[in-house]
Amino acid sequence: MFQGQGIACDRGERRIFSDLDFSIAPGGAMVLRGPNGSGKTSLLRIAATLLGAADGRLLWNGSEILADIEKHRTRLHFVGHQDAVKGALSVWENVAVWADIRGAGDRCVDAALAAFEISHLADTPAQYLSAGQHRRVALARLVASPAALWLLDEPTVSLDAEGTACLRRVIADHRAARGIVMAATHIDLGLDDVELLHLKLP
Amino acid sequence: MKPLISIIARDLRLAVRQGGATLLALVFFVLTVTLFPLGVGPEPAILARIAPGVLWVAALLAAMLSLDRLFQSDFEDGSLEQLVLSGLPVGGVVLAKIIAHWMTTGFPLLLAAPFLAVLLNMNGEGFTALMLTMLIGTPALSLIGAIGAALTLTVRRGGVLLSLLVLPLYIPVLIFGVSAIDAAVHGLNAKPHLLLLAALTVACLPLCPWAAAAAVKLSLD
Repeated sequence: MFQGQGIACDRGERRIFSDLDFSIAPGGAMVLRGPNGSGKTSLLRIAATLLGAADGRLLWNGSEILADIEKHRTRLHFVGHQDAVKGALSVWENVAVWADIRGAGDRCVDAALAAFEISHLADTPAQYLSAGQHRRVALARLVASPAALWLLDEPTVSLDAEGTACLRRVIADHRAARGIVMAATHIDLGLDDVELLHLKLP
Repeated sequence: MKPLISIIARDLRLAVRQGGATLLALVFFVLTVTLFPLGVGPEPAILARIAPGVLWVAALLAAMLSLDRLFQSDFEDGSLEQLVLSGLPVGGVVLAKIIAHWMTTGFPLLLAAPFLAVLLNMNGEGFTALMLTMLIGTPALSLIGAIGAALTLTVRRGGVLLSLLVLPLYIPVLIFGVSAIDAAVHGLNAKPHLLLLAALTVACLPLCPWAAAAAVKLSLD
C-alpha cells in the first residue's frame, strides 16, 4: 500500500499543489491527469524521493518512507523525461548495467528486451537508435530488475502503437504480481481499473 | 559493495568506449610539460630546478580539465538520477564515480610522470618521491574536484566557475607534493611531506564524497 497524506509541493517560491491525498493498493494503478504545470512530474519526483515535499507524509504499508529513503528507493523504478541511455553502450549493456547496479544481475535482461520487442537490437550501440527505441530501452529496465512501485512520467512519449501495447502488457503483468503503478500520461494507456488523480493549476 | 563495483566497471567501460576524454587529460599533461623546455630554454640546471613544480602544476591542470565529465554527462542524460535512485547511499555512488575518475585520469598521469621527469632532467634522487607523491596526491585531486564538479552541475558552461572553485583547494596538494620531491632531490628527508600529503588525502576520503553527494542531491531538486 502506497499512500500520501496532505502532500504539498513548492517550486521556487510558488505553491504548486497542497493537501493532496492518495492511496494505491497492491495491484493498483493511479493515473495523474492535469494541464501542463499542474505538478504531475513534481508529484512523481516527490514519490521517488528526488524532490522534498513542502508538507505531508508518504507512507509505504503504513510506515514513514522518509525514515528510510534508501529502502524506498530500492523498491521503486522511476522513468522520467530523460532515458538515461548511453550511446556508447549496446542496448543489452544499457539494460544490464542498471539491473546489475540494482543487484538483480543480468538474468532478466533478455526477457526485458523481448517484452519491448527490441531483442533484435541487443548488440546495436544505443547511439544509432531512434527516439522511440531509446524509450523502449529505458522502459525495459522496469522488467530487468524487480521493484514493487513503478513511477512513470509520460512513459509513452515517442512510443509507437506497438510500443504502447508492449507497455500496457508489461504494466498488466506487474499489477498481476501485486505491483503498484503511478503514471502521468495524456493518452489513454488502456489499463483496466485505474484510479484517476486530477491535478489543477495553482 | 558489489553494486559500487558495478558502477566503477560501468564508468571504466564508458571511458574505454569514449577513449577521447581519458586521452585528452593525458595529452594535455604531456603537452604542457613539454612546453616548458621550449619556453624557459634548454638549460639543464634550470629545468632540473623547476621540474617538480612544473610536473605538479601540469598534473593539477590536467586533472581539473577532466572534472567536468565526472558527473556532467550522467546528469544531462538522466543517469545520475537513476544512480541516486538505485538505493545505494549517494555518498557511495559518488565515491565509486571518483574512484573510476581517478583510474582513468590520475592513474595515467602517474604512469606518464617519470618519462616527463626525464625530459625535464630531474635529479635521479627525486623519482621515488615523484611517484609516491603522485600516487598519494592524485586521488586527492579527484576527491576535491568532485565537490566542484557536483556544485557546478546546474550552471551553464560551468567550466570556468569549476576551475575558480577547485584550483584554490588544490593548493595544499601542490605545496606538499612539490616540497616532498624537492626534499628528496636535495638529499633531505621527504617523509614528513609525504605524510602530510597522505593526511590530506585521508581527510578528503570521507569528507569530499559526503559534500559532493549533498551537492548532487541539490542539483536534482
